[in-house]
Amino acid sequence: MIYEAVKMALDDAQMEPKDVDAILIGNMDHFEGINFSEMWCGIDAAPGYLKPVVKIATGGTTGSSLGICGYYNIASGFYKNILVVGWEKLNEGGATTGIITAFDPVWERPSLAGALGPLALMANIYAVKYGISSEQAAKVTVKNRRNAANNPFAHVQMPNITIDDVMNSQMISYPLRLHDCCPQSEGACALIYANEEETKKITDNPAWFKGVSTAHYYTFGCDDLMFDLPTAAIASKKIYKKLGIKDPVKDLDVAEIYEPTSWSELSWTESLGFCGRGEGGKLLDEGITQMSGELPVNPSGGVLSSNPIGATALVRFAEAAIQIMGRGGKRQIPDVETAMGMGFGGSLWTELAILGKDPKPLR
Amino acid sequence: MEGEKMNEELEKKVFRGRIKVPYKHTAGAYVEKFITEIGKNNKIMGVKCPKCNKVFVPPKMICFKCFEKMEEWVEVSKQGTVKGFTVISHSTPVLPLKPPFAYGIITLDGADTDFVHIINESDPKNLRVGMRVEAVFKEKPRKRILDIEYFKPI
Repeated sequence: MIYEAVKMALDDAQMEPKDVDAILIGNMDHFEGINFSEMWCGIDAAPGYLKPVVKIATGGTTGSSLGICGYYNIASGFYKNILVVGWEKLNEGGATTGIITAFDPVWERPSLAGALGPLALMANIYAVKYGISSEQAAKVTVKNRRNAANNPFAHVQMPNITIDDVMNSQMISYPLRLHDCCPQSEGACALIYANEEETKKITDNPAWFKGVSTAHYYTFGCDDLMFDLPTAAIASKKIYKKLGIKDPVKDLDVAEIYEPTSWSELSWTESLGFCGRGEGGKLLDEGITQMSGELPVNPSGGVLSSNPIGATALVRFAEAAIQIMGRGGKRQIPDVETAMGMGFGGSLWTELAILGKDPKPLR
Repeated sequence: MEGEKMNEELEKKVFRGRIKVPYKHTAGAYVEKFITEIGKNNKIMGVKCPKCNKVFVPPKMICFKCFEKMEEWVEVSKQGTVKGFTVISHSTPVLPLKPPFAYGIITLDGADTDFVHIINESDPKNLRVGMRVEAVFKEKPRKRILDIEYFKPI
């Protein structure tokens, strides 16, 4: 699985393993019942033999941490190119088992440990605070799963899913129903990063990093905000300011965001400044985040359609790059100049990258 | 005595827990083929790299040096040469045999990689690097790597 992704990336860049300077791999310990995944995959499946290989594992943000570290390595001039690969094989272990070890044994493990519980509580607080209905959330799943039908790499293929299907699906953890939740997927994502000189050898149509932004956070139990994803608000404000983006809906052409649940996409679009607080549903209803809208969100089908954790956030960056390179096939948005990818995970962390068609600063 | 008291006090503040770690492992087509061949046909199979021609036993999908997918299966000999060994003398519940016995690194004739397995030789004085050994197969295979029960000196 990892070999397939890496081979595709190398072949596409017309590179041999010997041409690769260094490798960043990303995968979460324990999530598939293994530990120290460098041993399993760092040498064979990613061509790491006698090369520098570094693993990055930051929970849901693993992929975006990888993607951002790839950028740091190239932008700093340390390497001329780098292979970045993230994966997860969630059929083989219990992600929750792995996640639980991250939480405090006395206060958190018996109640709030795992992904589902906190996301359900966040959805509940969000729904009550802003008066958002389950129907409103269900519309996100319908949008994203329809988009997924255009993406041959998406895991869940349910192009005909309806609002009723979502609202009548099995209750998992109130208010989250089965189809409000992302799946557990198996997948790998591999990207080649290169400096300006090296890029000329690889392609005449690259996607350029314009900027990255990260905000980390930790709530001990619930001692800080568990809703409105403050890290997304902080990280996005920082990156917009740095790049001179005044109105993200106008200035960005597409966004790939990390929505583990339908409710999350509504709330995250608010935190990212695409609309005001409580207006995520309105943004969707106005069609702005649809494929044909002013700022399409998750043309790939998003996390609601595929979630191989260590790859998931890297897929957001990869999809942003694909849109800029115009290689999205049926999921391509016309004339993309600027695209944003978002990673969410860890302890309510947000990591962002904005990519562009032009190597020069945005404006 | 003071130290014991302190330990007791500390003990009260320690939270003891247990986490279950269930998992499954997709062993894959290469393991399946290897295990089936030793059990059914008493044959030891390796795979050959199309680029460097190295024969890997046990078989794996990718040649780590060439980054090539290996798909050509070749049978290697049941006999090989011991490259190194250690003798197990202390008994624990998970051991496959009653000590003393040896674990050896064995290069099978026709393979380019080494294979770690049991050498059933109760007298360590008879073991030496460079000695020749041969696989002994289990009469009733159970689809485990221990369907090669052990290697015996020849």
